[in-house]
Amino acid sequence: MRQRFVMGAVAAVLGVFGLTGSASAGATLNAIKQKGFVQCGVNTALAGFSAPDSQGNWTGLDVDICRAIAVALFNDANAVKFTPLNAQQRFTALTSGEVDVLSRNTTWTLTRDASLGMMFTGVTYYDGQGFMVPKSLKIKSAKELKGATVCVQTGTTTELNLADFSRANKLNIKPVVFEQLEESKVAFFGGRCKAYTTDASGLASIRSKDAPKPDDYVILPELISKEPLGPSVRRGDEEWFTLVKWVVFGLLEAEDLGITSQNVDQMKSSTDPSVQRVLGVTGDMGQKLGVDNAWVYNMVKHVGNYAEIFERNVGQKTPLRLARGLNASWKNGGLMYGMPIR
Amino acid sequence: MSDPRHQERGSAPRPSRPAPWNDPRVRAIIYQLLLIAGVVALGAYLVSNTLANLEQRHIRTGYGFFGEEAGFFIGETLIPYDAADSYGHAFLVGLLNTVRVAVVGVVLATVLGAIVGIARLSKNWLIARLASVYVEMLRNLPLLLQLFFWYATLTNLLPDQQDAIGLGPGIYLDKEGLRYPLPEPDPAFPRMILAAAIGLIAAWLFARWARARQMRTGAIVPVLWPALGFVIGLPLAAWALSGAPSAFDMPHMEQFGFEGGASMSPEFLALLFGLVTYTATFIAEIVRAGILAVSWGQTEAASALGLRRILALRLVLLPQALRVIVPPLTSQYLNIVKNSSLAVAIGYPDLVSIANTTLNQTGQAIECISIIMAVYLSVSLAIAGFMNWYNRRIALVER
Repeated sequence: MRQRFVMGAVAAVLGVFGLTGSASAGATLNAIKQKGFVQCGVNTALAGFSAPDSQGNWTGLDVDICRAIAVALFNDANAVKFTPLNAQQRFTALTSGEVDVLSRNTTWTLTRDASLGMMFTGVTYYDGQGFMVPKSLKIKSAKELKGATVCVQTGTTTELNLADFSRANKLNIKPVVFEQLEESKVAFFGGRCKAYTTDASGLASIRSKDAPKPDDYVILPELISKEPLGPSVRRGDEEWFTLVKWVVFGLLEAEDLGITSQNVDQMKSSTDPSVQRVLGVTGDMGQKLGVDNAWVYNMVKHVGNYAEIFERNVGQKTPLRLARGLNASWKNGGLMYGMPIR
Repeated sequence: MSDPRHQERGSAPRPSRPAPWNDPRVRAIIYQLLLIAGVVALGAYLVSNTLANLEQRHIRTGYGFFGEEAGFFIGETLIPYDAADSYGHAFLVGLLNTVRVAVVGVVLATVLGAIVGIARLSKNWLIARLASVYVEMLRNLPLLLQLFFWYATLTNLLPDQQDAIGLGPGIYLDKEGLRYPLPEPDPAFPRMILAAAIGLIAAWLFARWARARQMRTGAIVPVLWPALGFVIGLPLAAWALSGAPSAFDMPHMEQFGFEGGASMSPEFLALLFGLVTYTATFIAEIVRAGILAVSWGQTEAASALGLRRILALRLVLLPQALRVIVPPLTSQYLNIVKNSSLAVAIGYPDLVSIANTTLNQTGQAIECISIIMAVYLSVSLAIAGFMNWYNRRIALVER
């Protein structure tokens, strides 16, 4: 799309002009506090992660992370503005200062962390790349996709993983690469490609929301890659980086301590010293981050803990029907492990 | 004459050299220098600021990534390409895909545009109206919208592989596009290309000779048929002499669709169709304007001289119409090239699509966008240069 391309070019030019101001540490955080809201880059439309609902409000797991950051800073879940970004625009938008934080199902990789001028703050969803095919194709494994066309969105690790998988298994897969998620979905459900590939969570989202009949499509069992998805911030402001990192840890810690949006007020009078510390009844944990001491209390009150965010957006009761799996707390055999708040 | 001022001015000694700050020529040069210095300073500031900021953010700079392994696949390629090849090679594949759609698009849009332009002037009410409706509809809708429409229509309309439409021996049309047989590689083909080149030169020499002879003696030597004989006959002779190879790589059904032969993807077809039908509307208007610009008197004068209709068209009307047609036609050709970058929206791997992917893998936005700009600029300037040369050639010599 020409417009997207132009935006990319504009972003690149903005990158040239806009970088002078944000050199000293803390500049991003100060600027956010001054303007009174967080500018958050999200996906254009990925049900369960970030998509506008029928009232036009952004919802989803990635969106709720942004809201949690806004609550930690301003005690207001609406002190956040969303910038929908496609895969190709997202990094330039972040590094040029168009958005303050990128929470857009983005895979944490070495190249991105080390050479794109950004830093990942943690993992909010452990994912892996999978394939979705029509049931009528009658195949059981991704390794049977010999010579098949596969629809994929550009600018993603998905594209590289697909090539690696095809080369390793000598499958000679033919990709059809789209710039926009919407177009790639239209092409796949129109029958242009035999298979669709992206992160397994994305497949579940697309199948639930965009398939004419979700039951006509199966997600193949293989996951061909590790896709740890998480928020990232631009380099040059360690305070902001630290805050975003601990917002996620705070949400995880709240789950581990059993603090939910339902019981957070009762928990405030808990005698457990770690609960008291986390909720800001005692200590000055928030102050150390440069926010209110009741930051975790506020986040859980307005947004919920990690488990609530997960279940509300992508869990078993949602159309996506995703199990916690790797994303369960470490206490339940998952990988989610919040660093100690003390 | 008693006006003292007049006399004074007339008699005042003309200063041979005004002070430098009063000399308009010196001033003009100083302003120019200041402007250049300003532009250079701004450029230097932008470049150094960019580099400093990229450095500070640990963003890589430079074109070193060109030699690194690309690691991604490209759906359709004109030259062999593998994920293990370099980014530079991937860029070349993208550039060739852009050139492919642009070249075919320019030829088809010119033909379609000329036909529709003439049709709009037709005395047949129905034909003229149909042409008008076509032009007014397509040229007033955004091209991107049309591309989405054609692509969605094409992918939904075409049948699955099992029900592929057979268009002839080995030619199939299905959801994966158009597949057709390709001659197996043979040493005969390079020879044929060489023979065709020789044929073209021979035809040109023959035409020159025929013209010179007509100038000298007045006798007309037919040029068309011998020229066609040179251009088509020589490659055919080369083909026959090389043993007349006729092996074809035929498409055949595999588990997930046809393999072998050559193919045009639905993305390519939709993009080509969209570009051609859209640009042809503008070309049609340009052709119509060109024809209307030649006054009826010219036609009458030509018939008065006894020229047959076809000769009158070739020798009198067309040269004058082309003078009006060629300059705006050039911008339409440039538009096709530039609009082909919309390919990225419907999944055709053109230069912009490849550059986007590269930009994402390497994060080097400035470098990738600079390459895109450089390529479009040079392709466009090349076309404009060629068309300007052609325009000068056909321009009427004013007497």
